[in-house]
Amino acid sequence: MEFSELIRTDRAQAELRRGPEAAPLRGTLCVTGHHLLLSPGPQSTPDLWLLLLRSVDSIEKRVAGDSGTITLRCKDLRVLQLDIEGAEATLDIARSVEGLRLGDAWHFHPPERYYKRVARETNAWRLSEVNEDFSLCPSYPRAVIVPRAVDDDALSRSARFRQGGRFPVLSYHHAPSGTVLLRASQPLSGPQKRRCVEDEELLRAVLAGARPGARGIIVDTRSSHAAKQARMTGGGTEAKAVYPGWKRLHRPLERGRPLQESFVCLVEACGDKEQSMDRWLSRLQGCRWLAHVKEALSTACLAAQGMEREGACILVHGAEGMDSTLLVTSLAQLILDPLSRTMTGFQELVEREWIQAGHPFQLRCAHSAFSHARPKHEAPTFLLFLDCVWQLGRQFPLSLEFGEGLLLALFEHAYASPFGTFLCNSEKERCLCEVRTRTHSLWSGLNQPKEQRKLWNPLYVLNPLAIWPSVEPQSLRLWQGLFLRWTRPPEPAEEAWEKVWQIVTESQKTEGSQPTVSA
Amino acid sequence: MEHIRTPKVENVRLVDRVSSKKAALGTLYLTATHVIFVENAPDTRKETWILHSQISTIEKQATTATGCPLLIRCKNFQIIQFIIPQERDCHDVYISLIRLARPVKYEELYCFSFNPKLDKEEREQGWMLIDLSEEYKRMGLPNNYWQLSDVNRDYRVCDSYPTELYVPKSATAHIIVGSSKFRSRRRFPALSYYYKDNHASICRSSQPLSGFSARCLEDEQMLQAIRKANPGSDFIYVVDTRPKLNAMANRAAGKGYENEDNYSNIKFQFIGIENIHVMRNSLQKMLEVCELKSPSMSDFLWGLENSGWLRHIKAIMDAGIFIAKAISEEGASVLVHCSDGWDRTAQVCSVASLLLDPHYRTLKGFMVLVEKDWISFGHKFNHRYGNLDGDPKEISPVIDQFIECVWQLMEQFPCAFEFSERFLIHIQHHIYSCQFGNFLCNSQKERQELKIQERTYSLWAHLWKNRADYLNPLFRADHSQMQGTLHLPTAPCNFMYKFWSGMYNRFEKGMQPRQSVTDYLMAVKEETQQLEEELEALEERLEKIQKVQLNHTKVKSKQSEPSKQSGFSTSDNSTANTPQDYSGNMKSFPSRSPSQGDEDSALILTQDNLKSSDPDLSANSDQESGVEDLSCRSPSGGECAPSEDSGKDRDSDEAVFLTA
Repeated sequence: MEFSELIRTDRAQAELRRGPEAAPLRGTLCVTGHHLLLSPGPQSTPDLWLLLLRSVDSIEKRVAGDSGTITLRCKDLRVLQLDIEGAEATLDIARSVEGLRLGDAWHFHPPERYYKRVARETNAWRLSEVNEDFSLCPSYPRAVIVPRAVDDDALSRSARFRQGGRFPVLSYHHAPSGTVLLRASQPLSGPQKRRCVEDEELLRAVLAGARPGARGIIVDTRSSHAAKQARMTGGGTEAKAVYPGWKRLHRPLERGRPLQESFVCLVEACGDKEQSMDRWLSRLQGCRWLAHVKEALSTACLAAQGMEREGACILVHGAEGMDSTLLVTSLAQLILDPLSRTMTGFQELVEREWIQAGHPFQLRCAHSAFSHARPKHEAPTFLLFLDCVWQLGRQFPLSLEFGEGLLLALFEHAYASPFGTFLCNSEKERCLCEVRTRTHSLWSGLNQPKEQRKLWNPLYVLNPLAIWPSVEPQSLRLWQGLFLRWTRPPEPAEEAWEKVWQIVTESQKTEGSQPTVSA
Repeated sequence: MEHIRTPKVENVRLVDRVSSKKAALGTLYLTATHVIFVENAPDTRKETWILHSQISTIEKQATTATGCPLLIRCKNFQIIQFIIPQERDCHDVYISLIRLARPVKYEELYCFSFNPKLDKEEREQGWMLIDLSEEYKRMGLPNNYWQLSDVNRDYRVCDSYPTELYVPKSATAHIIVGSSKFRSRRRFPALSYYYKDNHASICRSSQPLSGFSARCLEDEQMLQAIRKANPGSDFIYVVDTRPKLNAMANRAAGKGYENEDNYSNIKFQFIGIENIHVMRNSLQKMLEVCELKSPSMSDFLWGLENSGWLRHIKAIMDAGIFIAKAISEEGASVLVHCSDGWDRTAQVCSVASLLLDPHYRTLKGFMVLVEKDWISFGHKFNHRYGNLDGDPKEISPVIDQFIECVWQLMEQFPCAFEFSERFLIHIQHHIYSCQFGNFLCNSQKERQELKIQERTYSLWAHLWKNRADYLNPLFRADHSQMQGTLHLPTAPCNFMYKFWSGMYNRFEKGMQPRQSVTDYLMAVKEETQQLEEELEALEERLEKIQKVQLNHTKVKSKQSEPSKQSGFSTSDNSTANTPQDYSGNMKSFPSRSPSQGDEDSALILTQDNLKSSDPDLSANSDQESGVEDLSCRSPSGGECAPSEDSGKDRDSDEAVFLTA
């Protein structure tokens, strides 16, 4: 979304000259977050001309009277010239391209970037660099968003009271209700029910910073029994008495080995061609994958509902706060926040709520479903997230800007990728490994013009509202595109997708075409 | 009318099925054809209409402090619960409905009073829309091997068959009559589908009266004639769609199946599709699962499996696939039968035809298919769907299963069908509604005696008139799969069969996808077409102007681009929904009804435009009982999904043309 801020004007009439040989191309010039497009008038070739902005090496503009010229020199040594109607338009387009071509995907700094958005909406939060050297919390990024009223000292004390140092930080600010979504790990209250005044202060400040009289809900992703048991090993939950205004709900979500086993069992069932119809349904039931989907979505809905309908602030944590916690916070945002449902917004969400938030991809995705190795840290939490997103997309087919193809790509890259994006377990490790300088970013890889049709949803129409899914079993389906990807013939689904694109692009072409005076 | 004990009860509550805490207060009316509930809420006065013929069961439940609950389950899977303050009123309504829902004479059925305000000529034309003799011509008949037989003129041989039948040329009247005497209900082998490409055919009959050892020379000659009518193959398949055990049990009653030793060159094959009683119970069990309140995933999947429903659907599909393969790959003709040859045989023949012939995957072709394999060949609609009060053991969802098979195929081949899911849902609805005469009675003969065509209207004409509502935007007529047989994977892909919530939970709007891809794409297509027309018109005018050589002509075209966004924003906003009860039993959050249905218009909307004056239908848009925010929509549906409207009402760019 931030890219769009760099776009001064998104269209103008222009003529493209690609060199002495090629005929000039006239039409409407459009600037998008990553591309420059020229859609020609009806009388010429129907093809769109497309240029990836990142391939622009330098840009030169010249204005004369009522028109202007932009010269683009590309990294592949091409030189292109655009003659644009309108001096103002020329300057705007040149400035937009200038800003956008530099948009390096590695310069996604989600906490900082997201903070800019939060800062526009409220003054109650600040960006803290208390974790600059990763000493406070090795799995957090350098910068985190925290209540303005809490200083870095208090943060570091709170961090010591939370497992792995994951003190409560802002995950999402829901501007319409003025409430926030926070995530953390479990408090280390232990058998003695220890307290931490700064941690209590932090949560009090959260409520104070929200609308007056706001309540808080702690969504614990463990059963209350499991949470009590965690005390024996030094963990625990927030005691009601010392966190006034906050109440606790337990919504047990499966994690770790059981989740991995569920995944393995489902993949096995999908590959087994010998079974009868009845055995298929009982195996689908037995592997419990869809039950996990249902639970994850319900819990995310609960959190989202708490914010949007109840006006409550929500803190989500389980034990370590790196798995089911992220599942809940990221899904809740997708339900509430229209921006996170756009292509860039979703990529940022994954970057911010999974990669930067310290989901240990190396450990969780070391093996997939076919490995014979005994699972240690493997768990398909991220896949479960993608499946839930797919379910949302199925129930709201016009509301996500990206298609199934993006989810499939993310699944693939999370498990094995030529890009560095999903490498390592945390920001700290990525810094040590110099991932940024030594690898390429998946996001810029995905934004290549190839295969765009698979990644984007042609049906997307901005839906400014929350999308509340149905979590009834009748409404949830097995994600065939993923789990049966290699067992069912792909053609029918591909043909359908192509047809959808065809219908939509035909309509856009028609809309774009205008009769022109040829005399 | 004499059956209505009380025409009106006030202060009745219509319970929201999803959230029992919410109920709409209103007045309940009983009419000769409908149960009508009108909400009191002054701004909406939302109406819910239920046709008597749709009522499947009525249950009076124990009186509570708030009143006496009355639960109505409908054949189109709608479930409605009223709470009537006075026990006595409830009893009166209950007794009235018991009678009204079970008419004893055909004349009581809705189609005899339904009047869509068409003149006589239009009605007659409606009945002529689907013409089976045309269909046989399309198949390439008659030809050197097949001829039209008049042996069943005046239903002399078989009263449940049509009068016009195709039989092999070499089958003489003597052979046919002889064969018919050796078949249950005299349903002798006759042609269902002829596959032009290789002369193979699908024939259908009832079981032979073979008992343990009986033979019939004419029947054997009949099968031989079928084999000879296909020069490309030296054998025919005889497919008995029953489980072997059932077929063997029939032998004790003097019926049974063909003995391979007695018939020359047949290959005999059992395909175990269960009987109507098993299917009835299976559906019952599945509907119980659908009715569960917030079931867990395990409850649901376990219940679904336990119902066996998808297993039965797969059995029917497997039989259809077997036959389609025998025809298209082996080039062998197939004779299909079950017991009487009007239930499983109809299912299997029509599934096989649908797989083989792209024509049946078009709107009109599908109507023809139903007309041919179901209506003309004497599927007992009246008994199976309980149109008149009768033996409950005769009721069974036979055609529902066929319709679901089609849907399962549509899910697997999204571009292969010209029609959408809505088309199937509306057909299912009308099989039970008795609003049109097509599905009345048990046979062609009965329909003729009742003069159905003179006294009622045809559903096909109605659907055809509104065909725009039923088109599948993804349909590719040029499609490779359209050229011929739909190829299903050979491996037993059980996972292909899915629960059809669009049918069995279709009145639970909150469970359905909240945005319709079909409606959106249809709107986009329509808009594209309009723009293209406008563009053409503009270009024409431009040309004229240029010819006139007006020097100062300036063409300004309004930016039409944003129309898409604005055009659809309305439909999009309507997807606004409210959260469901995600909190389980937690009291902290008020549970809310599942939101907003989309426009959708399940049924109903289209059927309304039939009659604007007659309230009955217009209302049907009702149904969405349980959906609150519908009030904004005019119940007179007609226009169908608003998304399409919005496609229409975007500013016309008519005036974009300015000349200076």
